[in-house]
Amino acid sequence: MGTELGNYKSVVSARCTDKEILKGAQDGGIVTQLFAFALESGIIDGAIVAGNGAEPWRPEPVVATTRAELLAARGTKYNLSPNMSLIKEVTRSYGMDKVGIVGTPCQMQALRKGQVYPIGLRDVGDKIALAVGIFCMENFPYQSIIQLVEDHAAMKMESVKKMEIGKGKFWVYGKRGQVVQLPLKVTHKYEQPGCHVCLDYVANLGDISTGSVGSPDGWSTVFVRSRNGDSVWAKAIAAGCFETQPMEKVKPGLELVTKLANEKITKNKKTLEGRATFGVGKGLRNPYL
Amino acid sequence: MGLLSNVFKRNTGDATPQKPAVVKTDAAEQLKPKPMNKEVKIVAKKIEVGYVHMSGCTGCLVSFADNYDKLFTILDRYVELCSCLALIDARHMDTMDIAIVEGSVCIQDKLSVDEIKETREKAGIVVALGGCACYGNITRFCRGGQQNQPQLESFVPIGDLIKVDLYIPGCAPTPQQIRNVCVMAYLLLRGDDKQKELATAYLTPLMKLAQGGTEACGCDLMTNVINQGLCMGCGSCSASCPVRAITMEYGKPNIERDLCIKCGACYAQCPRSFFNEAIISQYEAIDDAVKGALQ
Repeated sequence: MGTELGNYKSVVSARCTDKEILKGAQDGGIVTQLFAFALESGIIDGAIVAGNGAEPWRPEPVVATTRAELLAARGTKYNLSPNMSLIKEVTRSYGMDKVGIVGTPCQMQALRKGQVYPIGLRDVGDKIALAVGIFCMENFPYQSIIQLVEDHAAMKMESVKKMEIGKGKFWVYGKRGQVVQLPLKVTHKYEQPGCHVCLDYVANLGDISTGSVGSPDGWSTVFVRSRNGDSVWAKAIAAGCFETQPMEKVKPGLELVTKLANEKITKNKKTLEGRATFGVGKGLRNPYL
Repeated sequence: MGLLSNVFKRNTGDATPQKPAVVKTDAAEQLKPKPMNKEVKIVAKKIEVGYVHMSGCTGCLVSFADNYDKLFTILDRYVELCSCLALIDARHMDTMDIAIVEGSVCIQDKLSVDEIKETREKAGIVVALGGCACYGNITRFCRGGQQNQPQLESFVPIGDLIKVDLYIPGCAPTPQQIRNVCVMAYLLLRGDDKQKELATAYLTPLMKLAQGGTEACGCDLMTNVINQGLCMGCGSCSASCPVRAITMEYGKPNIERDLCIKCGACYAQCPRSFFNEAIISQYEAIDDAVKGALQ
């Protein structure tokens, strides 16, 4: 294959140097730190992030304009946060000229489509100042997460401190210190079906993309991709925001990222092929054709 | 020489000096406007574009104009606007490379029907600009009964009467999308092989939209995305809706169909309607190319 990791200028393993950010971060605190730095240095006016919604562990897209709001959005919520839904509003009533946005690979795709084919997104494209993509294998509807946490893991949503998919397991960490792990096999049927046609694992279209896979616990793998991403990353490094290690030096390293990316793409390409002959002499629609 | 200097030159009269009228004594005759000499084309290779106004609101044209100074660059270098009732005193259509059509067609209005047919005859490429021309949009709701033409009750998107080559949906369509299509259409018709290839690849999804029919609605998100197992809850549809008819409920679009004006923006903007990865992943290069062309 060879294209599974997308185009990138550099890749490192990194973690932010801000202890406060790191404390509640999912991994290396890359997204929160990047936006906090970009906000402080005027690169962005604000960022669309997955804030806290009306129910526990249900994200809601919010426009964060302060460090405190960014910090409140730390941590992965394994269900849908339609961040793109705010992409026009942020340039309207919020009046922003320099917009930051974080999102899954599909949301980065949506963003770039909106820039290349701006059909309902007038004057939005040029205002994207920093797009941070996060690795994503699949996502879940909110009810799926309730099912997994409350039924399979037998924990209350309110009592969960952190959720994580890693090392072949779905991990649920309770606030009182208890840990439940579910085999990923259990989670598969709860996945969002739309994820099964996705051909992007490491957010190929982000300015910068980041995720846990490939780096040790507490660290993140970071791809610097676009010209813009390169410039922001260089400034953040110069400002001492991150400590980094060369990707070749860390375990499990890029090899695992490549392997998982390949697995995802291969599996989903197969799904797409299956859709073409789904019926009798009829198939389902393929958005990539 | 730019468009402005061209206009300026004509006003000061040192371009092609007009011959004094042959002796005429009739005062009324003298007051008649003298026939203008046809404007000498500065850039011979510009594409000829006609702007055709059917049953539209001129908002699409305003959107075109909202490219501000880039509109002048487009007109200077790439586009010879050969007809456009709102801006140019050319009453009749001539042959043209591209017709950009705004608005739908009232089938009880003979002039409109004749005009859209004539547009197809005169134009090499027909572009439906905006929700009305592509999908009927708000004119889908027309049903006659209003003074002083109560019989004008049936409006159809232009694609129901003529073959349309390319859609630019949206109500209003965005200035940036119109700009991109102008530059790409120029490259398609006047560029070298490589540029033609890029332009074709860029324009293909918009041409496919035109082949995809003349009906659009928020329902498209249901029938063509969610029902097809393709929705992943990104929220683009909600952002692109001009009337806020789409909210995201538990990560999926909820469409308030009585608010929807049937413009087609949500489905066209959805990354799971079309996603031509080869072009979209080159977003930096495409942006460079378009902006470079308009520098």
